[in-house]
Amino acid sequence: MKIAVLSGKGGTGKTFVSVNLAAVAGDAMYVDCDVEEPNGHLFFKPGAVKTRQVAVEIPLVDSERCTGCRVCVDFCNYHALAWVGGGVKIFDEICHSCGGCIILCPEKALTGKEKVIGQVQRGKSEAVTVLSGMLNPGIPSGVPIIKELLKGTEEKERVFIDCPPGSACIVMETVAAADYCILVTEPTVFGVHNLNMVWELVTLLGKPCGVVINKFVETENPAEKYCAEKEIDVIGRIPFDAELGLLNSNALIAVREKAKYGRLFGDLLARITGEVWL
Amino acid sequence: MKIAIPVNAKSMESAICQSFGRAPYYLFYDGEEGTSEFKENSACASQGGAGIKAAQLIVDEKADVLLTPRCGENAAQVLRGAGVKMYKTMNDSIRENIQAFKEGKLSELRDIHPGHHRG
Repeated sequence: MKIAVLSGKGGTGKTFVSVNLAAVAGDAMYVDCDVEEPNGHLFFKPGAVKTRQVAVEIPLVDSERCTGCRVCVDFCNYHALAWVGGGVKIFDEICHSCGGCIILCPEKALTGKEKVIGQVQRGKSEAVTVLSGMLNPGIPSGVPIIKELLKGTEEKERVFIDCPPGSACIVMETVAAADYCILVTEPTVFGVHNLNMVWELVTLLGKPCGVVINKFVETENPAEKYCAEKEIDVIGRIPFDAELGLLNSNALIAVREKAKYGRLFGDLLARITGEVWL
Repeated sequence: MKIAIPVNAKSMESAICQSFGRAPYYLFYDGEEGTSEFKENSACASQGGAGIKAAQLIVDEKADVLLTPRCGENAAQVLRGAGVKMYKTMNDSIRENIQAFKEGKLSELRDIHPGHHRG
């Protein structure tokens, strides 16, 4: 089973929840799909790390063959090609590597060339296999790295996917691969606004989900109210706790440090396992 | 000399558009004949690469200069590649900017912004 952990806004506790769930699950896999700023490895500090480069194919023009028919320029939905000064100009950063221009070119003047956009790292932290995707600075889309990461998730029974923040393409790619989604939120108006965005996304994609309220306080709060209105299960409440905050700020994994946090996340894991296999 | 300007509406009284790539229309003004023609910008609502497509339109219309408040890096590359010179507008009046350009009062656009690209 693949469990995607997501939230509308950053800093809500996606990494905190997914790292601790994977650690408490033991023989599990943690996959950091937040490729623009991966930080799960800072907690796991994995050993025996193997790194693999991820490349995409972008077009390269042979100006001898190009006749200026502009089929490629007109085809590209992202406008990654322009016809300027008697030649095709290619904007690498705009290209989404669909390969359409290469297929359509009647003169076979376009070929593919590899462009490295980042890397995938794989290591081990106790029994947890840790996968991290890292996008190079200046590259507009991390989707190819996420695709590469998700290829490696079939081998484990329990896979926890730490999603990027927001609800854009890169998050959809991650959610599409999941069997169940954990929506992490905060008990604030802002938290609920962002929760609503990801809830709409997972509902649109037809994924079962449950909410974890992080930094939970024992008072009436907007997150609890929202979940009751929408009839979404609140599967966990993580207390607003200075000790937990301190452990996390020091890049320590709470469940490995204190038995009481082991129980907190153990209960959450049992609840999720029950939800997924019902 | 053909002058291109991003504009908000198909009228000489329209304001100059603050965005180059996502302007709804471009004015092409013939400096010798004093005639004007408005073209729709098909890149206006495009998902990405609007600046490149818009610059392609300016190049295809064989404009010699572009008067604009701002321009992104990708669009500037296309325009420079085709030898289109860019000048910075001084206010949002089409007529006043054309006049100022003719009198050599507009300065070349140098502060090219890195664009508003989304992933």
